[in-house]
Amino acid sequence: MPPDSPAAGLPLDPPTPALPGRFTLFVAFAKMSLAGFGGVLVFARRAIVDKHRWMTADEFNETFALCHFLPGPNIVNLSVVFGARIRGLTGSIAAFVGLLAPPFVIVTTLALLYAHYGDVPALRRVLNGVSCAAVGLLLAVTWRMMLPLLKRRDPVALVMLVAVFVAVGILRWPLPQVLLVTIPLSIAATWLARRRSAA
Amino acid sequence: MTGIGTLVGIALAFGWLSLFAVGGAAAAIPEIHRIAVDLNHWMTDAQFADAFAIAQLSPGPNVLIVSLVGYQVAGVAGALVATLAMCVPTAAMAYTVSRLLHRAGDSPWPALVQAALVPLSIGLMAASGLVLAFAADGSIAALVLTLAAAVLAAATSLNPVWLLVAGGILGLLGWI
Repeated sequence: MPPDSPAAGLPLDPPTPALPGRFTLFVAFAKMSLAGFGGVLVFARRAIVDKHRWMTADEFNETFALCHFLPGPNIVNLSVVFGARIRGLTGSIAAFVGLLAPPFVIVTTLALLYAHYGDVPALRRVLNGVSCAAVGLLLAVTWRMMLPLLKRRDPVALVMLVAVFVAVGILRWPLPQVLLVTIPLSIAATWLARRRSAA
Repeated sequence: MTGIGTLVGIALAFGWLSLFAVGGAAAAIPEIHRIAVDLNHWMTDAQFADAFAIAQLSPGPNVLIVSLVGYQVAGVAGALVATLAMCVPTAAMAYTVSRLLHRAGDSPWPALVQAALVPLSIGLMAASGLVLAFAADGSIAALVLTLAAAVLAAATSLNPVWLLVAGGILGLLGWI
């Protein structure tokens, strides 16, 4: 078929250069996943935007915003949405399996080792130290995300943040019930605050 | 202990939870802890802290902590069921939504909803930190290590892996 023949039957809008095939998608997501210690997002952005140029930074941000807004593990959502944009349903599956299968094998192997050797005193001490440090890393990430809210002194956001923290972290209330109340409340309060500041 | 009933229980628990995992896996940790430790007694507090440590030490998405919980309950089948239950329903939802709205358009609602969700997910991550600190920090030295790691990670651009390694070495030396 000549390259300029119309209606080649491809559902893609403009002919974007060098869109990856399914196997390439699988390998690319497997690579970013295996590189990603403590979160894959940074590596996903680097691979998709900088290395392969499959998306512009804006397209990536827009796609990630959608995935962040939907429930579920963000990076898993991102793999599915990105795969779908490139190659449809099978592209989604290729990216999803690439992202999850290799680290799943690793983590399950570690679980097996833990089941056998988890009681060895030296390993217990190591894991104890690692988990203390890992909690510290989580606190640091939380702090970094909280900073913009603190700087803006956004009262609605800070009240909602503290309310959820107390309900789930201190009172240990079930997450679904807490969110079924706080999500509508937070949306309504944010909407009211924006309308007032716009008026 | 293992059986179809157990696997169905794992699938239902994590499938349901995933629908409320706003802000990703780190924000869902208090609920994973509630399901695995408090409600079903699948694992102890210490085992949960270990699972978190192992998940942080391995590459891949943080959500794989549910694979470790699933493994603890029902072996490899449990790990697989927990992981798929946590990932597939929301992935299917993301796929459907992305197909329906190819781009956000001019509606102010997505941005508004997102602005409303951000403080909730940060509050949940702070709750995760507290729940895990209770599970992991059994001594003053442990608490000091957690706080030191937090300050170092927040104030410097040190690769987090080194902090995990340092924690492991301090633990091995018996300081924690």
